[in-house]
Amino acid sequence: MKTKHIVLSVWVAIVFALHQDIWNWTKGTPLLFGMLPPGLTYHLGYSVLAAVTMALLVKYAWPAGLDDDKQEPKTPPDKDAP
Amino acid sequence: MIPAIVVFIYLAIVLYVGLFAFRKSTGSKEDFFLASRSLGPWVFLLTVFGTNMTAFAILGSSGLAYQRGIGVYGLMASSSGLIIPLTIFLIGTRLWALGKRHGYMTQVQYFRDRWECDGVGTLIFAVTSLMMIPYIVIGMMGGGHTLEELSGGLVPYWLGGAVVAIVVMAYVFFGGMRGVAWVNALQTVLFLAFGAIAFYLISRNLGGFDRIIGEIAASPKDSALLTRQRISPQEFFSYAFIPLSAMMFPHMAIMCLTAEKVTSFKRTVVWYPICILLIWLPSVFLGIVAAHQYPGLKMGESDDVILRLLVGNTDIIVAGILGAAIMACVMATDSQIMALSTMFSQDVFAHYGGTKRYGESMQVWMGRAFVVVIAVISYILALILEGQKSIFDLAIRFGFSGFAALAPVMLGALFWRRSNKWGALAAVLWVVACMAVMWWLQSYSNAMAPKPGQPPVPIFQELGALFLRTPSNVTIHGYMPVMFMCIGSAVWMFVVSLLTKGPSTATIEKFFPKKSNA
Repeated sequence: MKTKHIVLSVWVAIVFALHQDIWNWTKGTPLLFGMLPPGLTYHLGYSVLAAVTMALLVKYAWPAGLDDDKQEPKTPPDKDAP
Repeated sequence: MIPAIVVFIYLAIVLYVGLFAFRKSTGSKEDFFLASRSLGPWVFLLTVFGTNMTAFAILGSSGLAYQRGIGVYGLMASSSGLIIPLTIFLIGTRLWALGKRHGYMTQVQYFRDRWECDGVGTLIFAVTSLMMIPYIVIGMMGGGHTLEELSGGLVPYWLGGAVVAIVVMAYVFFGGMRGVAWVNALQTVLFLAFGAIAFYLISRNLGGFDRIIGEIAASPKDSALLTRQRISPQEFFSYAFIPLSAMMFPHMAIMCLTAEKVTSFKRTVVWYPICILLIWLPSVFLGIVAAHQYPGLKMGESDDVILRLLVGNTDIIVAGILGAAIMACVMATDSQIMALSTMFSQDVFAHYGGTKRYGESMQVWMGRAFVVVIAVISYILALILEGQKSIFDLAIRFGFSGFAALAPVMLGALFWRRSNKWGALAAVLWVVACMAVMWWLQSYSNAMAPKPGQPPVPIFQELGALFLRTPSNVTIHGYMPVMFMCIGSAVWMFVVSLLTKGPSTATIEKFFPKKSNA
Protein backbone atom coordinates (compact mmCIF):
# COMPACT_ATOMS: atom_id res chain seq x y z
CA MET A 1 0.00 0.00 0.00
CA LYS A 2 1.36 3.40 -0.98
CA THR A 3 2.21 5.92 1.73
CA LYS A 4 -0.45 8.34 0.51
CA HIS A 5 -3.08 5.63 0.79
CA ILE A 6 -2.03 4.92 4.38
CA VAL A 7 -2.15 8.63 5.22
CA LEU A 8 -5.60 8.97 3.62
CA SER A 9 -6.90 5.86 5.44
CA VAL A 10 -5.74 7.28 8.76
CA TRP A 11 -7.30 10.61 7.83
CA VAL A 12 -10.68 8.96 7.07
CA ALA A 13 -10.50 7.07 10.39
CA ILE A 14 -9.83 10.33 12.24
CA VAL A 15 -12.73 12.05 10.48
CA PHE A 16 -15.00 9.12 11.35
CA ALA A 17 -13.91 9.36 15.01
CA LEU A 18 -14.51 13.11 15.06
CA HIS A 19 -18.20 12.40 14.52
CA GLN A 20 -18.42 11.33 18.17
CA ASP A 21 -18.21 14.81 19.76
CA ILE A 22 -19.15 13.73 23.26
CA TRP A 23 -17.93 17.09 24.64
CA ASN A 24 -20.93 18.81 23.01
CA TRP A 25 -23.49 16.40 24.47
CA THR A 26 -25.16 18.66 27.01
CA LYS A 27 -24.18 22.07 25.64
CA GLY A 28 -27.19 24.09 24.46
CA THR A 29 -25.45 27.46 24.47
CA PRO A 30 -23.79 29.75 23.37
CA LEU A 31 -25.84 30.16 20.22
CA LEU A 32 -23.91 31.01 17.06
CA PHE A 33 -25.70 33.85 15.20
CA GLY A 34 -28.24 33.68 18.01
CA MET A 35 -29.75 30.46 16.67
CA LEU A 36 -27.20 27.63 16.20
CA PRO A 37 -26.40 25.59 19.34
CA PRO A 38 -22.83 24.20 19.65
CA GLY A 39 -23.77 20.60 18.80
CA LEU A 40 -25.46 21.64 15.56
CA THR A 41 -22.71 24.09 14.59
CA TYR A 42 -20.12 21.35 15.08
CA HIS A 43 -21.93 18.92 12.83
CA LEU A 44 -22.47 21.55 10.14
CA GLY A 45 -18.70 21.94 10.14
CA TYR A 46 -18.39 18.15 10.11
CA SER A 47 -20.45 18.00 6.90
CA VAL A 48 -18.04 20.45 5.27
CA LEU A 49 -15.11 18.37 6.55
CA ALA A 50 -16.69 15.27 4.97
CA ALA A 51 -16.88 17.08 1.62
CA VAL A 52 -13.21 18.12 1.94
CA THR A 53 -12.28 14.52 2.79
CA MET A 54 -14.05 13.22 -0.28
CA ALA A 55 -12.31 15.85 -2.41
CA LEU A 56 -8.96 14.63 -1.06
CA LEU A 57 -9.86 11.01 -1.84
CA VAL A 58 -10.93 11.94 -5.36
CA LYS A 59 -7.69 13.86 -5.95
CA TYR A 60 -5.21 11.45 -4.39
CA ALA A 61 -6.86 8.00 -4.28
CA TRP A 62 -9.13 7.76 -7.31
CA PRO A 63 -9.36 4.04 -8.25
CA ALA A 64 -7.25 3.46 -11.34
CA GLY A 65 -8.12 1.25 -14.25
CA LEU A 66 -11.90 1.32 -13.91
CA ASP A 67 -12.55 3.22 -17.11
CA ASP A 68 -10.01 1.52 -19.36
CA ASP A 69 -12.36 -1.02 -20.88
CA LYS A 70 -13.61 0.75 -23.98
CA GLN A 71 -15.55 -2.17 -25.41
CA GLU A 72 -19.33 -2.13 -25.64
CA PRO A 73 -21.21 -3.62 -22.68
CA LYS A 74 -21.84 -7.34 -22.96
CA THR A 75 -25.08 -8.95 -21.96
CA PRO A 76 -24.70 -11.93 -19.62
CA PRO A 77 -26.20 -15.10 -21.09
CA ASP A 78 -29.60 -16.26 -19.88
CA LYS A 79 -29.62 -19.44 -17.85
CA ASP A 80 -31.16 -21.70 -20.49
CA ALA A 81 -29.53 -20.10 -23.49
CA PRO A 82 -28.23 -22.66 -26.02
CA MET B 1 -57.23 24.32 -2.16
CA ILE B 2 -54.85 26.66 -4.03
CA PRO B 3 -51.70 24.90 -2.68
CA ALA B 4 -53.14 21.60 -3.87
CA ILE B 5 -53.76 23.09 -7.35
CA VAL B 6 -50.12 24.23 -7.50
CA VAL B 7 -49.09 20.69 -6.59
CA PHE B 8 -51.30 19.30 -9.38
CA ILE B 9 -49.58 21.67 -11.85
CA TYR B 10 -46.24 20.38 -10.60
CA LEU B 11 -47.40 16.78 -11.09
CA ALA B 12 -48.40 17.65 -14.66
CA ILE B 13 -44.88 19.04 -15.30
CA VAL B 14 -43.33 15.87 -13.88
CA LEU B 15 -45.58 13.79 -16.12
CA TYR B 16 -44.51 15.82 -19.14
CA VAL B 17 -40.82 15.30 -18.29
CA GLY B 18 -41.41 11.54 -18.14
CA LEU B 19 -43.23 11.53 -21.48
CA PHE B 20 -40.48 13.67 -23.03
CA ALA B 21 -37.96 11.07 -21.88
CA PHE B 22 -40.07 8.45 -23.70
CA ARG B 23 -39.57 10.37 -26.96
CA LYS B 24 -35.81 10.12 -26.46
CA SER B 25 -35.83 6.37 -25.88
CA THR B 26 -34.35 3.86 -28.33
CA GLY B 27 -36.51 0.96 -27.21
CA SER B 28 -33.59 -1.24 -26.11
CA LYS B 29 -33.46 -2.79 -22.65
CA GLU B 30 -30.22 -0.91 -21.84
CA ASP B 31 -32.05 2.29 -22.64
CA PHE B 32 -35.25 1.54 -20.70
CA PHE B 33 -33.61 0.09 -17.59
CA LEU B 34 -30.35 2.10 -17.48
CA ALA B 35 -30.90 5.15 -19.71
CA SER B 36 -28.23 3.67 -22.01
CA ARG B 37 -25.65 4.26 -19.24
CA SER B 38 -25.50 7.86 -20.38
CA LEU B 39 -26.03 10.19 -17.39
CA GLY B 40 -23.62 13.12 -17.20
CA PRO B 41 -21.99 14.37 -13.94
CA TRP B 42 -24.60 16.92 -12.80
CA VAL B 43 -27.68 14.87 -13.65
CA PHE B 44 -25.99 11.87 -12.03
CA LEU B 45 -25.30 13.82 -8.81
CA LEU B 46 -28.84 15.22 -8.59
CA THR B 47 -30.37 11.85 -9.45
CA VAL B 48 -28.33 9.79 -6.99
CA PHE B 49 -29.03 12.30 -4.25
CA GLY B 50 -32.73 12.60 -5.16
CA THR B 51 -33.04 8.82 -5.17
CA ASN B 52 -31.86 8.64 -1.58
CA MET B 53 -33.97 11.60 -0.42
CA THR B 54 -37.26 10.02 0.55
CA ALA B 55 -40.34 11.14 2.43
CA PHE B 56 -39.11 9.08 5.33
CA ALA B 57 -35.84 11.02 5.38
CA ILE B 58 -37.29 14.52 5.11
CA LEU B 59 -40.60 14.33 6.97
CA GLY B 60 -39.24 11.70 9.35
CA SER B 61 -36.13 13.70 10.25
CA SER B 62 -38.13 16.81 11.18
CA GLY B 63 -40.57 14.66 13.13
CA LEU B 64 -37.70 13.02 14.98
CA ALA B 65 -36.03 16.40 15.65
CA TYR B 66 -39.35 17.55 17.11
CA GLN B 67 -39.13 14.70 19.63
CA ARG B 68 -35.37 14.42 20.24
CA GLY B 69 -33.69 17.69 19.32
CA ILE B 70 -30.77 18.90 17.24
CA GLY B 71 -28.83 15.66 17.73
CA VAL B 72 -30.91 14.19 14.92
CA TYR B 73 -28.70 16.09 12.44
CA GLY B 74 -25.58 14.32 13.71
CA LEU B 75 -27.49 11.06 14.03
CA MET B 76 -28.93 10.94 10.52
CA ALA B 77 -27.24 13.55 8.34
CA SER B 78 -23.59 14.24 9.13
CA SER B 79 -22.65 10.56 9.45
CA SER B 80 -24.44 9.88 6.14
CA GLY B 81 -22.52 12.80 4.67
CA LEU B 82 -19.31 10.83 5.19
CA ILE B 83 -20.35 7.19 4.90
CA ILE B 84 -22.63 7.37 1.83
CA PRO B 85 -20.16 9.18 -0.48
CA LEU B 86 -17.45 6.88 0.86
CA THR B 87 -19.48 3.81 -0.17
CA ILE B 88 -20.23 5.40 -3.55
CA PHE B 89 -16.50 6.06 -3.94
CA LEU B 90 -15.43 2.54 -2.95
CA ILE B 91 -18.34 0.41 -4.13
CA GLY B 92 -20.37 2.44 -6.63
CA THR B 93 -17.43 3.08 -8.95
CA ARG B 94 -16.49 -0.60 -9.01
CA LEU B 95 -20.08 -1.68 -9.62
CA TRP B 96 -20.17 0.77 -12.51
CA ALA B 97 -17.00 -0.73 -13.99
CA LEU B 98 -18.32 -4.30 -13.60
CA GLY B 99 -21.62 -3.29 -15.19
CA LYS B 100 -19.86 -1.71 -18.13
CA ARG B 101 -17.41 -4.60 -18.57
CA HIS B 102 -19.82 -7.51 -18.15
CA GLY B 103 -23.17 -5.95 -19.04
CA TYR B 104 -24.70 -6.24 -15.56
CA MET B 105 -27.92 -4.35 -14.94
CA THR B 106 -28.52 -5.40 -11.33
CA GLN B 107 -26.38 -6.33 -8.35
CA VAL B 108 -27.96 -9.82 -8.27
CA GLN B 109 -26.53 -10.59 -11.74
CA TYR B 110 -23.09 -9.77 -10.39
CA PHE B 111 -23.55 -11.85 -7.24
CA ARG B 112 -24.68 -14.87 -9.30
CA ASP B 113 -21.53 -14.70 -11.43
CA ARG B 114 -19.18 -13.78 -8.63
CA TRP B 115 -20.21 -16.72 -6.47
CA GLU B 116 -20.96 -19.13 -9.30
CA CYS B 117 -24.36 -19.80 -7.78
CA ASP B 118 -27.92 -18.94 -8.80
CA GLY B 119 -29.36 -19.73 -5.37
CA VAL B 120 -27.52 -17.07 -3.39
CA GLY B 121 -28.42 -14.47 -6.02
CA THR B 122 -32.06 -15.55 -5.88
CA LEU B 123 -32.07 -15.35 -2.07
CA ILE B 124 -30.59 -11.84 -2.15
CA PHE B 125 -33.14 -10.90 -4.83
CA ALA B 126 -36.02 -12.14 -2.63
CA VAL B 127 -34.74 -10.49 0.57
CA THR B 128 -33.97 -7.10 -1.00
CA SER B 129 -37.24 -7.06 -2.98
CA LEU B 130 -39.26 -7.72 0.15
CA MET B 131 -37.40 -5.01 2.06
CA MET B 132 -38.15 -2.50 -0.75
CA ILE B 133 -41.95 -2.87 -0.70
CA PRO B 134 -42.52 -0.84 2.53
CA TYR B 135 -40.63 2.13 1.01
CA ILE B 136 -42.96 2.22 -1.97
CA VAL B 137 -46.09 1.83 0.15
CA ILE B 138 -45.01 4.58 2.55
CA GLY B 139 -44.37 6.86 -0.46
CA MET B 140 -47.94 6.32 -1.65
CA MET B 141 -49.23 7.01 1.86
CA GLY B 142 -47.08 10.16 2.04
CA GLY B 143 -48.51 11.38 -1.27
CA GLY B 144 -52.08 10.87 -0.09
CA HIS B 145 -51.51 12.58 3.23
CA THR B 146 -49.57 15.51 1.71
CA LEU B 147 -52.30 16.32 -0.80
CA GLU B 148 -54.97 15.94 1.87
CA GLU B 149 -53.09 18.32 4.18
CA LEU B 150 -52.36 20.93 1.48
CA SER B 151 -55.96 20.94 0.21
CA GLY B 152 -57.42 21.30 3.68
CA GLY B 153 -59.10 17.91 3.31
CA LEU B 154 -60.77 18.64 -0.06
CA VAL B 155 -58.60 16.02 -1.77
CA PRO B 156 -59.18 12.87 0.29
CA TYR B 157 -56.37 10.49 1.15
CA TRP B 158 -57.48 7.81 -1.31
CA LEU B 159 -57.60 10.29 -4.20
CA GLY B 160 -54.27 11.91 -3.35
CA GLY B 161 -52.61 8.50 -3.17
CA ALA B 162 -54.22 7.49 -6.48
CA VAL B 163 -52.99 10.66 -8.21
CA VAL B 164 -49.44 10.08 -6.98
CA ALA B 165 -49.56 6.40 -7.96
CA ILE B 166 -50.84 7.19 -11.46
CA VAL B 167 -48.35 10.00 -12.12
CA VAL B 168 -45.34 7.98 -10.90
CA MET B 169 -46.53 4.89 -12.74
CA ALA B 170 -47.02 6.87 -15.97
CA TYR B 171 -43.63 8.51 -16.15
CA VAL B 172 -41.76 5.37 -15.07
CA PHE B 173 -43.82 3.28 -17.53
CA PHE B 174 -43.04 5.53 -20.49
CA GLY B 175 -39.74 7.17 -19.57
CA GLY B 176 -38.03 4.23 -17.88
CA MET B 177 -34.76 5.05 -16.14
CA ARG B 178 -34.23 8.21 -18.21
CA GLY B 179 -37.61 9.54 -17.05
CA VAL B 180 -36.78 8.62 -13.43
CA ALA B 181 -33.37 10.31 -13.66
CA TRP B 182 -34.69 13.53 -15.17
CA VAL B 183 -37.59 13.76 -12.75
CA ASN B 184 -35.28 13.07 -9.79
CA ALA B 185 -32.88 15.77 -10.95
CA LEU B 186 -35.76 18.25 -11.28
CA GLN B 187 -37.12 17.29 -7.87
CA THR B 188 -33.73 17.70 -6.18
CA VAL B 189 -33.23 21.16 -7.68
CA LEU B 190 -36.76 22.12 -6.64
CA PHE B 191 -36.27 20.97 -3.08
CA LEU B 192 -32.84 22.56 -2.71
CA ALA B 193 -34.14 25.89 -4.05
CA PHE B 194 -37.50 26.06 -2.32
CA GLY B 195 -36.29 24.49 0.90
CA ALA B 196 -34.12 27.58 1.42
CA ILE B 197 -37.04 29.88 0.54
CA ALA B 198 -39.32 28.06 2.98
CA PHE B 199 -36.73 28.38 5.69
CA TYR B 200 -36.51 32.14 5.15
CA LEU B 201 -40.26 32.76 4.87
CA ILE B 202 -41.18 30.72 7.95
CA SER B 203 -38.44 32.47 9.92
CA ARG B 204 -39.66 35.92 8.84
CA ASN B 205 -43.28 35.15 9.66
CA LEU B 206 -42.39 33.85 13.11
CA GLY B 207 -40.32 36.93 13.91
CA GLY B 208 -36.91 35.30 13.36
CA PHE B 209 -35.53 31.94 14.39
CA ASP B 210 -33.12 33.63 16.81
CA ARG B 211 -36.10 34.77 18.90
CA ILE B 212 -37.68 31.29 18.91
CA ILE B 213 -34.42 29.47 19.63
CA GLY B 214 -33.71 31.99 22.40
CA GLU B 215 -37.08 31.17 23.96
CA ILE B 216 -36.41 27.43 23.66
CA ALA B 217 -32.98 27.87 25.30
CA ALA B 218 -34.61 29.73 28.18
CA SER B 219 -37.35 27.13 28.66
CA PRO B 220 -36.50 24.43 31.25
CA LYS B 221 -38.92 22.07 29.48
CA ASP B 222 -37.64 22.52 25.91
CA SER B 223 -33.97 23.49 26.31
CA ALA B 224 -32.92 19.82 26.04
CA LEU B 225 -33.91 20.02 22.36
CA LEU B 226 -30.82 22.18 21.76
CA THR B 227 -28.58 19.46 23.20
CA ARG B 228 -28.19 15.72 22.58
CA GLN B 229 -29.58 14.68 25.96
CA ARG B 230 -32.45 12.75 24.37
CA ILE B 231 -30.04 10.55 22.40
CA SER B 232 -27.67 8.17 24.16
CA PRO B 233 -23.97 8.09 23.14
CA GLN B 234 -24.33 4.37 22.34
CA GLU B 235 -27.25 4.99 20.01
CA PHE B 236 -25.44 7.92 18.40
CA PHE B 237 -22.37 5.77 17.73
CA SER B 238 -24.16 2.69 16.45
CA TYR B 239 -26.49 4.69 14.20
CA ALA B 240 -23.42 5.46 12.06
CA PHE B 241 -23.71 1.90 10.69
CA ILE B 242 -27.07 2.70 9.06
CA PRO B 243 -25.66 4.64 6.05
CA LEU B 244 -23.79 1.48 5.03
CA SER B 245 -27.18 0.51 3.63
CA ALA B 246 -26.81 2.94 0.72
CA MET B 247 -24.97 0.67 -1.67
CA MET B 248 -27.08 -2.40 -0.92
CA PHE B 249 -30.29 -0.57 -1.81
CA PRO B 250 -31.08 -1.96 -5.26
CA HIS B 251 -32.19 1.46 -6.55
CA MET B 252 -28.87 3.03 -5.51
CA ALA B 253 -26.79 0.19 -6.95
CA ILE B 254 -28.71 0.26 -10.23
CA MET B 255 -28.46 4.06 -10.35
CA CYS B 256 -24.67 3.72 -10.18
CA LEU B 257 -24.80 1.77 -13.44
CA THR B 258 -26.39 4.68 -15.30
CA ALA B 259 -23.36 7.00 -15.26
CA GLU B 260 -21.79 7.70 -18.64
CA LYS B 261 -18.23 7.77 -17.28
CA VAL B 262 -16.64 6.79 -14.01
CA THR B 263 -15.52 10.41 -13.65
CA SER B 264 -19.22 11.32 -13.16
CA PHE B 265 -18.84 9.89 -9.67
CA LYS B 266 -16.24 12.50 -8.69
CA ARG B 267 -18.69 15.39 -8.51
CA THR B 268 -21.25 13.20 -6.76
CA VAL B 269 -19.01 12.08 -3.90
CA VAL B 270 -17.63 15.57 -3.25
CA TRP B 271 -20.95 17.41 -3.31
CA TYR B 272 -23.04 14.74 -1.61
CA PRO B 273 -22.23 15.91 1.98
CA ILE B 274 -23.10 19.50 1.04
CA CYS B 275 -26.42 18.45 -0.51
CA ILE B 276 -27.21 16.55 2.69
CA LEU B 277 -26.39 19.65 4.73
CA LEU B 278 -28.65 21.84 2.57
CA ILE B 279 -31.61 19.48 2.93
CA TRP B 280 -31.27 18.12 6.45
CA LEU B 281 -30.35 21.34 8.25
CA PRO B 282 -33.66 23.10 7.48
CA SER B 283 -35.58 19.87 8.14
CA VAL B 284 -34.06 19.35 11.58
CA PHE B 285 -34.17 23.02 12.45
CA LEU B 286 -37.85 23.32 11.50
CA GLY B 287 -38.56 20.26 13.64
CA ILE B 288 -37.13 22.12 16.67
CA VAL B 289 -39.08 25.27 15.83
CA ALA B 290 -42.26 23.20 15.46
CA ALA B 291 -41.72 21.76 18.94
CA HIS B 292 -42.03 25.33 20.22
CA GLN B 293 -44.98 26.22 17.96
CA TYR B 294 -47.05 23.02 18.26
CA PRO B 295 -46.15 21.39 21.58
CA GLY B 296 -47.46 18.04 22.73
CA LEU B 297 -47.53 16.03 19.49
CA LYS B 298 -46.86 12.31 19.95
CA MET B 299 -44.50 10.11 17.92
CA GLY B 300 -45.94 9.74 14.43
CA GLU B 301 -48.12 12.85 14.79
CA SER B 302 -44.97 14.98 14.56
CA ASP B 303 -44.09 13.71 11.07
CA ASP B 304 -46.14 16.42 9.35
CA VAL B 305 -44.77 19.41 11.29
CA ILE B 306 -43.05 20.82 8.19
CA LEU B 307 -46.39 20.86 6.37
CA ARG B 308 -48.04 22.56 9.36
CA LEU B 309 -45.34 25.24 9.43
CA LEU B 310 -45.67 25.77 5.67
CA VAL B 311 -49.43 26.11 5.60
CA GLY B 312 -49.46 28.25 8.73
CA ASN B 313 -46.63 30.64 7.90
CA THR B 314 -46.43 31.22 4.16
CA ASP B 315 -48.56 32.66 1.38
CA ILE B 316 -50.88 30.01 -0.10
CA ILE B 317 -49.18 30.07 -3.52
CA VAL B 318 -45.77 29.71 -1.88
CA ALA B 319 -47.17 26.96 0.34
CA GLY B 320 -48.29 25.17 -2.81
CA ILE B 321 -44.85 25.45 -4.44
CA LEU B 322 -43.19 24.28 -1.28
CA GLY B 323 -45.75 21.53 -0.95
CA ALA B 324 -44.75 20.45 -4.45
CA ALA B 325 -41.13 20.38 -3.28
CA ILE B 326 -42.12 18.10 -0.40
CA MET B 327 -44.10 16.05 -2.88
CA ALA B 328 -40.85 15.67 -4.79
CA CYS B 329 -39.38 13.84 -1.83
CA VAL B 330 -42.48 11.77 -1.30
CA MET B 331 -42.27 10.67 -4.93
CA ALA B 332 -38.77 9.23 -4.56
CA THR B 333 -40.67 5.95 -4.84
CA ASP B 334 -40.15 6.21 -8.61
CA SER B 335 -36.58 4.92 -8.49
CA GLN B 336 -37.60 2.12 -6.14
CA ILE B 337 -40.40 1.03 -8.48
CA MET B 338 -37.96 1.25 -11.39
CA ALA B 339 -35.40 -0.85 -9.49
CA LEU B 340 -37.93 -3.57 -8.67
CA SER B 341 -39.07 -3.61 -12.28
CA THR B 342 -35.45 -3.95 -13.46
CA MET B 343 -34.80 -6.75 -10.99
CA PHE B 344 -37.93 -8.71 -11.91
CA SER B 345 -37.36 -8.40 -15.62
CA GLN B 346 -33.59 -9.01 -15.48
CA ASP B 347 -33.07 -11.37 -12.53
CA VAL B 348 -36.20 -13.46 -13.14
CA PHE B 349 -37.60 -12.99 -16.66
CA ALA B 350 -34.30 -12.70 -18.54
CA HIS B 351 -32.36 -15.01 -16.24
CA TYR B 352 -34.77 -17.89 -16.81
CA GLY B 353 -34.72 -17.51 -20.58
CA GLY B 354 -37.58 -15.07 -21.21
CA THR B 355 -35.53 -12.68 -23.29
CA LYS B 356 -33.97 -15.46 -25.33
CA ARG B 357 -37.38 -16.91 -26.04
CA TYR B 358 -39.46 -13.78 -26.59
CA GLY B 359 -36.91 -11.10 -27.49
CA GLU B 360 -35.51 -7.91 -25.96
CA SER B 361 -38.57 -5.86 -26.81
CA MET B 362 -40.74 -8.23 -24.77
CA GLN B 363 -38.38 -7.85 -21.81
CA VAL B 364 -38.88 -4.07 -21.92
CA TRP B 365 -42.64 -4.54 -22.03
CA MET B 366 -42.39 -7.00 -19.12
CA GLY B 367 -40.49 -4.29 -17.24
CA ARG B 368 -43.30 -1.84 -17.97
CA ALA B 369 -45.90 -4.41 -16.87
CA PHE B 370 -44.01 -4.86 -13.59
CA VAL B 371 -44.11 -1.08 -13.07
CA VAL B 372 -47.91 -1.16 -13.31
CA VAL B 373 -48.24 -4.23 -11.07
CA ILE B 374 -45.93 -2.83 -8.38
CA ALA B 375 -47.64 0.59 -8.39
CA VAL B 376 -51.15 -0.90 -8.20
CA ILE B 377 -50.26 -3.37 -5.42
CA SER B 378 -48.51 -0.63 -3.42
CA TYR B 379 -51.50 1.69 -3.81
CA ILE B 380 -53.91 -1.02 -2.66
CA LEU B 381 -51.70 -1.75 0.35
CA ALA B 382 -51.53 1.99 1.12
CA LEU B 383 -55.35 2.11 1.06
CA ILE B 384 -56.22 -0.95 3.09
CA LEU B 385 -53.42 -0.48 5.62
CA GLU B 386 -53.73 3.29 6.05
CA GLY B 387 -54.16 2.97 9.79
CA GLN B 388 -51.12 0.71 10.02
CA LYS B 389 -48.58 3.33 8.89
CA SER B 390 -46.49 2.73 11.98
CA ILE B 391 -45.91 -0.86 10.85
CA PHE B 392 -44.48 0.36 7.56
CA ASP B 393 -42.36 2.96 9.36
CA LEU B 394 -41.01 0.15 11.47
CA ALA B 395 -40.44 -2.03 8.42
CA ILE B 396 -38.43 0.76 6.83
CA ARG B 397 -36.30 1.16 9.94
CA PHE B 398 -35.69 -2.59 9.93
CA GLY B 399 -35.06 -2.38 6.20
CA PHE B 400 -32.29 0.18 6.74
CA SER B 401 -30.65 -2.17 9.25
CA GLY B 402 -31.07 -5.15 6.94
CA PHE B 403 -29.56 -3.41 3.91
CA ALA B 404 -26.70 -2.07 6.06
CA ALA B 405 -25.97 -5.55 7.43
CA LEU B 406 -25.75 -6.89 3.86
CA ALA B 407 -22.89 -4.48 3.14
CA PRO B 408 -20.19 -7.03 4.14
CA VAL B 409 -21.59 -9.31 1.41
CA MET B 410 -20.95 -6.62 -1.19
CA LEU B 411 -17.57 -5.69 0.28
CA GLY B 412 -16.50 -9.34 0.32
CA ALA B 413 -17.56 -9.82 -3.30
CA LEU B 414 -15.66 -6.76 -4.49
CA PHE B 415 -12.51 -6.76 -2.39
CA TRP B 416 -11.85 -10.27 -1.03
CA ARG B 417 -11.14 -12.85 -3.68
CA ARG B 418 -11.40 -15.75 -1.19
CA SER B 419 -15.03 -14.92 -0.32
CA ASN B 420 -17.45 -17.51 -1.65
CA LYS B 421 -21.12 -18.42 -1.93
CA TRP B 422 -21.24 -20.22 1.40
CA GLY B 423 -19.94 -17.19 3.25
CA ALA B 424 -22.45 -14.99 1.43
CA LEU B 425 -25.27 -17.43 2.17
CA ALA B 426 -24.37 -17.54 5.88
CA ALA B 427 -24.24 -13.74 6.07
CA VAL B 428 -27.61 -13.29 4.35
CA LEU B 429 -29.28 -15.92 6.56
CA TRP B 430 -27.79 -14.19 9.62
CA VAL B 431 -29.33 -10.89 8.53
CA VAL B 432 -32.74 -12.47 7.90
CA ALA B 433 -32.67 -14.23 11.28
CA CYS B 434 -31.64 -11.05 13.11
CA MET B 435 -34.44 -9.07 11.49
CA ALA B 436 -37.00 -11.71 12.48
CA VAL B 437 -35.76 -11.74 16.11
CA MET B 438 -35.62 -7.93 16.34
CA TRP B 439 -39.11 -7.62 14.87
CA TRP B 440 -40.42 -10.03 17.49
CA LEU B 441 -38.59 -8.19 20.28
CA GLN B 442 -39.97 -4.86 19.07
CA SER B 443 -43.55 -6.20 19.06
CA TYR B 444 -43.09 -7.93 22.39
CA SER B 445 -41.82 -4.77 24.07
CA ASN B 446 -44.29 -2.25 22.60
CA ALA B 447 -46.41 -2.22 25.74
CA MET B 448 -43.45 -1.35 27.97
CA ALA B 449 -41.95 1.38 25.72
CA PRO B 450 -41.06 4.49 27.77
CA LYS B 451 -42.15 7.97 26.71
CA PRO B 452 -39.68 10.34 24.97
CA GLY B 453 -37.27 11.76 27.55
CA GLN B 454 -37.67 8.78 29.88
CA PRO B 455 -34.83 6.22 30.34
CA PRO B 456 -34.90 2.86 28.53
CA VAL B 457 -36.35 -0.14 30.32
CA PRO B 458 -35.08 -3.76 30.36
CA ILE B 459 -37.20 -6.05 28.19
CA PHE B 460 -36.29 -9.16 30.18
CA GLN B 461 -35.55 -8.36 33.83
CA GLU B 462 -33.46 -11.54 34.22
CA LEU B 463 -31.14 -10.45 31.36
CA GLY B 464 -30.50 -7.04 32.84
CA ALA B 465 -29.46 -4.39 30.32
CA LEU B 466 -28.87 -6.82 27.46
CA PHE B 467 -32.09 -5.93 25.65
CA LEU B 468 -33.39 -2.45 26.42
CA ARG B 469 -36.49 -0.77 25.08
CA THR B 470 -36.29 2.95 24.23
CA PRO B 471 -39.32 5.02 23.14
CA SER B 472 -38.92 3.82 19.56
CA ASN B 473 -36.31 1.05 19.38
CA VAL B 474 -34.98 -2.14 20.88
CA THR B 475 -31.30 -1.80 21.77
CA ILE B 476 -28.60 -4.28 22.77
CA HIS B 477 -26.63 -2.93 25.72
CA GLY B 478 -27.81 0.48 24.54
CA TYR B 479 -26.45 0.04 21.00
CA MET B 480 -28.62 -0.16 17.88
CA PRO B 481 -29.01 -3.78 16.66
CA VAL B 482 -27.66 -2.74 13.25
CA MET B 483 -24.14 -2.60 14.70
CA PHE B 484 -24.24 -6.23 15.83
CA MET B 485 -25.97 -7.28 12.62
CA CYS B 486 -23.17 -5.72 10.53
CA ILE B 487 -20.38 -7.17 12.64
CA GLY B 488 -22.06 -10.61 12.70
CA SER B 489 -22.59 -10.53 8.96
CA ALA B 490 -18.91 -9.72 8.37
CA VAL B 491 -17.81 -12.51 10.75
CA TRP B 492 -20.08 -15.09 9.08
CA MET B 493 -18.85 -14.03 5.66
CA PHE B 494 -15.23 -14.31 6.73
CA VAL B 495 -15.30 -17.52 8.79
CA VAL B 496 -17.59 -19.57 6.53
CA SER B 497 -15.69 -18.52 3.40
CA LEU B 498 -12.43 -19.63 4.98
CA LEU B 499 -13.88 -22.97 6.10
CA THR B 500 -15.26 -23.85 2.67
CA LYS B 501 -13.85 -24.18 -0.82
CA GLY B 502 -12.89 -20.92 -2.50
CA PRO B 503 -14.17 -19.74 -5.89
CA SER B 504 -12.75 -21.22 -9.07
CA THR B 505 -9.62 -19.85 -10.71
CA ALA B 506 -11.68 -18.73 -13.70
CA THR B 507 -13.95 -16.64 -11.47
CA ILE B 508 -11.03 -15.10 -9.60
CA GLU B 509 -9.30 -14.22 -12.87
CA LYS B 510 -12.53 -12.75 -14.21
CA PHE B 511 -13.19 -10.46 -11.26
CA PHE B 512 -9.65 -9.88 -9.97
CA PRO B 513 -7.56 -9.58 -13.13
CA LYS B 514 -3.84 -9.10 -12.67
CA LYS B 515 -2.73 -5.48 -12.88
CA SER B 516 -0.85 -6.03 -16.11
CA ASN B 517 -4.01 -7.37 -17.75
CA ALA B 518 -6.35 -4.77 -16.26
